[in-house]
Amino acid sequence: MTLEYPHEGETVRAIEDVTLSVPRGAFVVVAGPSGCGKTTLLKSLAGLLLPTRGTVSVGSVPVRGPLKNVGMAFQNPILLPWRKIMDNVLLPLEIVAPHKKRFHRERKAYVSQARELLASVGLEGFGDRHPWQVSGGQHQRASLCRALIHQPELLLLDEPFGALDAFTREELWQVLQGLWLQRRFTVFLVTHDLREAIFLADEVYVMSPRPGRVIYQTPVPLRRPRTLEDTFSAAFTDTYHEIRRRIGEVIAR
Amino acid sequence: MRRRARWAEWVPPIAIFVAAFVVWELVVDVFNIPTFILPGPSAVWAAFLKWRDAILFNAQYTLYTTLVGFAMSVVAGMGLGLAVGYSAIVYRSLYPLLVAFNSVPKVAIVPVLVVWFGIGTIPAVLTAFLISFFPIVVNVATGLATLEPEWQDVLRSLGASKREIFLKIGIPRSLPYFFASLKVAVTLAFVGAVIAETVAGNRGIGYMQISASARFEVPLVYAGLVVLAAMGVALYAVFAIIEKRLTGWAYRGQSLGA
Repeated sequence: MTLEYPHEGETVRAIEDVTLSVPRGAFVVVAGPSGCGKTTLLKSLAGLLLPTRGTVSVGSVPVRGPLKNVGMAFQNPILLPWRKIMDNVLLPLEIVAPHKKRFHRERKAYVSQARELLASVGLEGFGDRHPWQVSGGQHQRASLCRALIHQPELLLLDEPFGALDAFTREELWQVLQGLWLQRRFTVFLVTHDLREAIFLADEVYVMSPRPGRVIYQTPVPLRRPRTLEDTFSAAFTDTYHEIRRRIGEVIAR
Repeated sequence: MRRRARWAEWVPPIAIFVAAFVVWELVVDVFNIPTFILPGPSAVWAAFLKWRDAILFNAQYTLYTTLVGFAMSVVAGMGLGLAVGYSAIVYRSLYPLLVAFNSVPKVAIVPVLVVWFGIGTIPAVLTAFLISFFPIVVNVATGLATLEPEWQDVLRSLGASKREIFLKIGIPRSLPYFFASLKVAVTLAFVGAVIAETVAGNRGIGYMQISASARFEVPLVYAGLVVLAAMGVALYAVFAIIEKRLTGWAYRGQSLGA
């Protein structure tokens, strides 16, 4: 697919001839420097942007508008400040189809579901706080819960850990891996952090700067569940060096 | 420590107030200014006590017209603001007219209102309404227009309709703007009501001042001014408190402790 958009009278080609397929239940990471169209790609997967040429299909159905059952989380975790953490997490259930009608009747059941989910990311007992009363890492944990509460089959993550410090980030890699191993939704994550990409992905796609294209693609030969120790293994560092080299080649040109 | 901080917060403004009145009284005494030009605070206070019943009656009336006009502008302003913020077409077609209307000095409309409705309550209520609805419209529309696109993306990716986005994030997001505009709007409504009473009234503090000055009851004119100032401050304070209470989240926990 190719996606262009007008910007100040010119046509900007954000991504060019990108072809990729994500198997159901896989964890795919798109990595690349900033401005390579990663976010554009992610938004077109969600149906928030439509490609200029080519098609996007989810589960063999072409995407023609916003999908109805996707979980999304962004770099700035954008919790709604007037809602407590619990109500932020419950928000998708007030909108997504089967839950929407039941929400008021079965609120209690949903709340206990949400409480469980919060506990699984280390936010036990934080439901009654307002977003401004928790740290950046806790924000992002809650944001993950919000993206997952309605049990979407597809989870789209746009640099979700980009604004966090290194320790929190690595901890959340493991939290995310844990959730994924347990539930096996399909994940499509974009990041500029290559270590993050390799740690989390089944398959890494590397994109070049604008116009964004896929310049390299590699499976990650590491067993799950991965630990931080694995990031120092030979397989990990080899993959890292190879990706880094490919990006270096494109940028030097 | 804490007690001292409280003390530092309250004492200076009160001291300034007291000092202003003392200076006022002294200036009047020392320069021997005649009462019909500038009465001192003591003379104003005496007038206040003497005319207490009339002042109370007229103040109630002014408060009544202000609040009726203000209530109208809350309803109309919220409605128009939501419409303007919701739809780009409504915004483009309505906004120039609203701006044009708002630039007309409202005192110039009072004679028209008098031709239509006669002297009395209705022109005052309508002037209060006309002068105060615009800030509400602008603020509510601004709250909607500055909605974070990421929030909209999150909701759209869940399949939310435009209406749902509006209800779940549009309206809550614009509430702090709405409440912020109320304290401005209520003082404007008050100004509008008093203008109408002064130009074409038969009751109210504005009318009382006009008739007092016609009779050279200058201390009563000043008593009216002081009452107006006090009422204006009180109205502002009430809505400032309501704002803090209802949209504490927008203040990031300054008022709601963790």
